[in-house]
Amino acid sequence: MSDAVQAAIDEAVKTNDVVLFMKGTPTFPQCGFSSVVVQILDVLGVEYVANNVLEDQAVREGIKLYSDWPTIPQLYVKGEFVGGCDIIREMYESGELRDFMADKGVDLAA
Amino acid sequence: MTSRTVRIRKKLEEAFTPVRLEVTDDSARHAGHAGAAPEGETHFNVTIESEAFDGLSRVQIQRTIHMVLRDEFETGLHALSLKASVPPRQ
Repeated sequence: MSDAVQAAIDEAVKTNDVVLFMKGTPTFPQCGFSSVVVQILDVLGVEYVANNVLEDQAVREGIKLYSDWPTIPQLYVKGEFVGGCDIIREMYESGELRDFMADKGVDLAA
Repeated sequence: MTSRTVRIRKKLEEAFTPVRLEVTDDSARHAGHAGAAPEGETHFNVTIESEAFDGLSRVQIQRTIHMVLRDEFETGLHALSLKASVPPRQ
């Protein structure tokens, strides 16, 4: 895996407050798990940068190495890996995700 | 029951001695979707309750499970939907 890809991922994660690596786009998710995370972020009214890993095979594999996490979607907040679909859904359902975003200083519309 | 289901179950039992463990092959529901293989065994749901997860964050719990199942991910396991928890205190 090239260092350039890892550096590009690191740059994306560290220069944006909320970054979602997903399959497809927020308008047209191409995976049910990615779709769940998009819906949760939309309900919370979080602004985020979506990165479609299906457009770049290097990123698709590179993001798994970057976080040492074997699946997609992956959500990052303020440079920190928060989790995949299961974790984001659990945190949302318990109300923890809203608090987490607020603690991190992420603006919520709702 | 598919062979990957059996292997996942065995590996999780050995690693975590769970008090509750359900492993289901959900591949059929994802047939034709990117990552799904025609032969199946790509998408699984796991519900696991174990004392071994006590004190770990959600990310740490999933990381230890991913580690135990590393060989499965490397041989075609594509998606694992996990519900992992510590057994409720009585």
